[in-house]
Amino acid sequence: MSPKTLYDKIWDAHLVHEAEDGSSLLYIDRHLVHEVTSPQAFEGLRLSGRTVRAPDKTIAVPDHNVPTDTDRAKGIENEQSRIQLEALDRNAKDFGVHYYPVSDVRQGIVHIIGPEQGWTLPGMTIVCGDSHTATHGAFGALAHGIGTSEVEHVLATQTLIQSKSKNMKVEITGTLPPGVTAKDITMAIIGRTGTAGGTGYVIEYSGSAIRELSMEGRMTVCNMAIEGGARAGLIAPDQTTFDYVKGRAHAPKGAQWDAAMAWWKTLYSDDDAHWDKVVTFDASEIAPLVTWGTSPEDVLPIDGEVPSPDSFEGGKVSAAQRALEYMGLKPGTRLQDIEIDTVFIGSCTNGRIEDLREVARIMEGRRVKDGIRAMIVPGSGLVRAQAEEEGIAAKLQEAGFEWRMAGCSMCLGMNPDQLAPGERCASTSNRNFEGRQGRGGRTHLMSPAMAAAAAVTGRLTDVRELAQDSVPA
Amino acid sequence: MDKFDTLTGIAAPLPIVNVDTDMIIPKQYLKTIQRTGLGVSLFDEMRYDSDGNEVPDFVLNKPQYREAEILISGENFGCGSSREHAPWAIKDFGIRCVIAPSFADIFFNNCFKNGILPIALPQEQVDILMKDAERGQNARMTVDLEAQTVTTSDGEVIRFEIDPFRKHCLLNGLDDIALTLEKAAAIDGFEAEAAQSRPWV
Repeated sequence: MSPKTLYDKIWDAHLVHEAEDGSSLLYIDRHLVHEVTSPQAFEGLRLSGRTVRAPDKTIAVPDHNVPTDTDRAKGIENEQSRIQLEALDRNAKDFGVHYYPVSDVRQGIVHIIGPEQGWTLPGMTIVCGDSHTATHGAFGALAHGIGTSEVEHVLATQTLIQSKSKNMKVEITGTLPPGVTAKDITMAIIGRTGTAGGTGYVIEYSGSAIRELSMEGRMTVCNMAIEGGARAGLIAPDQTTFDYVKGRAHAPKGAQWDAAMAWWKTLYSDDDAHWDKVVTFDASEIAPLVTWGTSPEDVLPIDGEVPSPDSFEGGKVSAAQRALEYMGLKPGTRLQDIEIDTVFIGSCTNGRIEDLREVARIMEGRRVKDGIRAMIVPGSGLVRAQAEEEGIAAKLQEAGFEWRMAGCSMCLGMNPDQLAPGERCASTSNRNFEGRQGRGGRTHLMSPAMAAAAAVTGRLTDVRELAQDSVPA
Repeated sequence: MDKFDTLTGIAAPLPIVNVDTDMIIPKQYLKTIQRTGLGVSLFDEMRYDSDGNEVPDFVLNKPQYREAEILISGENFGCGSSREHAPWAIKDFGIRCVIAPSFADIFFNNCFKNGILPIALPQEQVDILMKDAERGQNARMTVDLEAQTVTTSDGEVIRFEIDPFRKHCLLNGLDDIALTLEKAAAIDGFEAEAAQSRPWV
């Protein structure tokens, strides 16, 4: 048998039909659904008299529109948001899919609760009408975002028409220095390869620095595969993966666990597998990073300066000019001199328990600077509950953070959590596009540790310059 | 789905790289539960000021481009979120063809599901079309999907590549779901086999 990559193996295991023209029908093991990209798909089913083929493999949860203030009983003020949530409610009931309503403690960001509930398992194909579905690739699952028409297609057929992507390996050798985290890895990759560097590829992340990451860290890395243009990001499952999965609500048990493990242990890229593209990084050379512009590829080490548009080529020159104007920044400004108004900790990139622990570690004995609006939005109700149990929540509130309910929140501002025009935010989310967090809002992407450091000083800050004992190892 | 065969129309130049889906249609318009009505909000934050007035300099507000049916733009067009609201807004405005050096994967897929033809061409050829588009109303291009060509207002013919299956579906306005349901037996067979080999799924 010819050697295969992990992507090849998962692809082959899910191939229902392959046409002569190369278009393939791929079986989908898990379909995650949220309220924004699904109403038109369910409506399409109704209009054509179709049903959901596999409701037991379909999991729905509201997250994008959900308000994050602590009083959920008062409902949703925005009428359109409310209608969208009501539509999901009705669709979940009418079509009989698994559902975590707002009132359920397990509700949260779809990409946080899939893994949390054990829906996400190695070797699966997982789709969702959301580009950050790439997150689930951390388990060695082939996971990617789809549009609403494809949501309808998966609902009706449990398959997706696909053409196969190329294989790209991103290897991170060595060990991360103190103060550098999974978020810096994924931002470093995009900074080097660009937002279109992964277009046409499925990326497998490998190397010692990836192996050393927790599942939370791996999810952060895979989450932003889409920001690098890739269809999906993957990490081969190992003991860290199996330990995370075991015992979760929907993970296999008993004999099924053993059968699953037998297959999962074959899920790695063969030594002599063919790669269409290989990129290698030395983890020891990665510094804590921040973005300065309006594209996730606008990445620089925190000790850098705002670049001049002249340092770019082609269409990037005008893009940089536009970005600097939007961001209200001048070339040559030290990144550490940029003052911020707001700190946002959360999102499917960095809304997991480990992220909150990281923030708590930095905040030990420190406070949010006066005048800074700092909010923490846990990725799920269970993450929130765990942080409360561990005492993190109380400490962070004492330090000056707002402690909110679970949802997508200010990552994209579909709920009331938005930036005002000109408001500058240190954000642990994934996109710094113009208007992303609110019209005119200015986003600097960074790790939770770096966002916490910014909360303390009120400006972009090198977390390594804070006391060594609190820097994440 | 609407068919796409040939299109002759005005092309609007939008020479920006990395046009993302938040630019194409910002979040506040994702709250709809319908596919239509988004055209008026296409490129909202570039097209209107914060009071909702048109920004006269924005290309689609200029008199010569208000009826544009083709959009010419920079590399990595449609990057960002999976929102199909982006192609819905483009189509609702009246644009049926987007030409750029490259496209983001999900946006590219979404176009085909909505009768929009995304054409990827080398930068030099996009530059030619961009220049042609800048001539405004007098520059009417023709896109011929069957022949896989774009013809400039000067008669210069540029050939483009397209996946044969997607071409077939666009030309005939085929419904993907109906096509897939024809393979229901294969899906049944796959499920029966998977129930044995991966019963935990």
